[in-house]
Amino acid sequence: MAGLITMDDLTNEEILNILDDAERLLPVAKGKMYLPLLQGRILGNLFFEPSTRTRMSFETAMKRLGGDVVNLGDVKTSSVVKGETLFDTIQMVDGYTDIIAMRHPRQGAAQYAQDSASVPILNGGDGAGHHPTQTMLDLFTIRQAHGKLDGLKVVMAGDLRYGRTVHSLSHALNRFGCELIFASPELLKMPTEIISDLNAHGAKITETEDLYSMITDADVVYMTRIQKERFSDEDEYTRCAGAYKLHADHLADVKANMIIMHPLPRVDEIDPSVDSTRHARYFEQAFNGVVARMALLCKLLGVAIPEDLEKVGGEL
Amino acid sequence: MSNEHSMRRVTAIRNGTVIDHIPHGQALRVLEMLGIIGLTSVPVSLVMNVPSKKIGAKDIIKVEDRELTQGELDRLALVAPDARVAIIRAYSVAEKLTINLGDEVTNVVRCIMSNCITANLREPLPHRLKVVSKDPLELRCHYCGRPQDLDELANNVL
Repeated sequence: MAGLITMDDLTNEEILNILDDAERLLPVAKGKMYLPLLQGRILGNLFFEPSTRTRMSFETAMKRLGGDVVNLGDVKTSSVVKGETLFDTIQMVDGYTDIIAMRHPRQGAAQYAQDSASVPILNGGDGAGHHPTQTMLDLFTIRQAHGKLDGLKVVMAGDLRYGRTVHSLSHALNRFGCELIFASPELLKMPTEIISDLNAHGAKITETEDLYSMITDADVVYMTRIQKERFSDEDEYTRCAGAYKLHADHLADVKANMIIMHPLPRVDEIDPSVDSTRHARYFEQAFNGVVARMALLCKLLGVAIPEDLEKVGGEL
Repeated sequence: MSNEHSMRRVTAIRNGTVIDHIPHGQALRVLEMLGIIGLTSVPVSLVMNVPSKKIGAKDIIKVEDRELTQGELDRLALVAPDARVAIIRAYSVAEKLTINLGDEVTNVVRCIMSNCITANLREPLPHRLKVVSKDPLELRCHYCGRPQDLDELANNVL
């Protein structure tokens, strides 16, 4: 495979195989085993807009596997401010590295980069478009909690219009036959083209503004932040901000094994009172970014993960 | 009413291009897509909603003293993929041109989404729209995946 731009680049079987690989790499991700599968390989981290978890987890994943990382650094001090095109930047980094992880404010930038590059591109978010590596870690987290992906009832809440994580995740979960409930303010509803794509693939969808009545029989509640930076109109943001605030008190009647996820950072959509409940899973989810990205780096670089890691891996 | 009769609603042209079998009501959009709008230096004749045995009703355009180029044919494919185009020289059909709408439309129009990477016109890779469906015509940007509104596309001709 060339790269990972959208979830359409992976079959369901490939997704499950990558999740299995990630599972086996957990001791490496946790620093309990040294496994330099990617020694001598270099990852180019190109983040044209801010990122904490995605950039750091890519870097951690590469280093845990013995590889190295070069960073674009702050866009303000790079050639981008001098007017360099994405095409030119990619030509340069393509020559320096074996694989590129990138985030860009414009939609389609990752596909554009893949068309410009000879090395695989991992899309770490393109505008309000896709975020497939986040989806892989989300799927990993869901399967870890429920032991399966198929047939679950998943509520996604918050900014569904601009939230690229929910765009990619909803496509993937639909492929595994999950029921999807989209809870959002009217202004931040899931884009119509995504709804029509999901419907064309036989999705079971409910759209609502009422989050709290939908969580009682859910298996997963996926909260998202209302993203101020995506609004051009301050008044619109003010109308939507604070639409949902999940508090521990809301969880009295939910399923015992329901999990609450969030791509982070959160603002006030999940109250800290939820953190200590058995449902909170967002910090493990953030950690899972390392292990999912380790498996993806191996897959895209064509490096097989040995069957018996105990024999191959060393102690730290 | 015969096709011959409907063609005679406007006079024959000496030199130029006749675009026939345009889906009815689409002639103005065709002119827009071809950039033949507002003040033009060539005479243009337009017939709309005339009966057609083949497609029920159709529009016809005659543009004098101008022969469509391949690039213009590619644009025409986006609004009238089944239109017939004839180049007229000295009152006779000198050439019949074929419109080919393939699986992709390249460097004809740019994506309608303002935040698409291709909105930066300094980026050198081609503008690519995938043909998802031919009937009804449905296009998506190769890069950002955005479905294209055909009315808006007329403003994004390259």
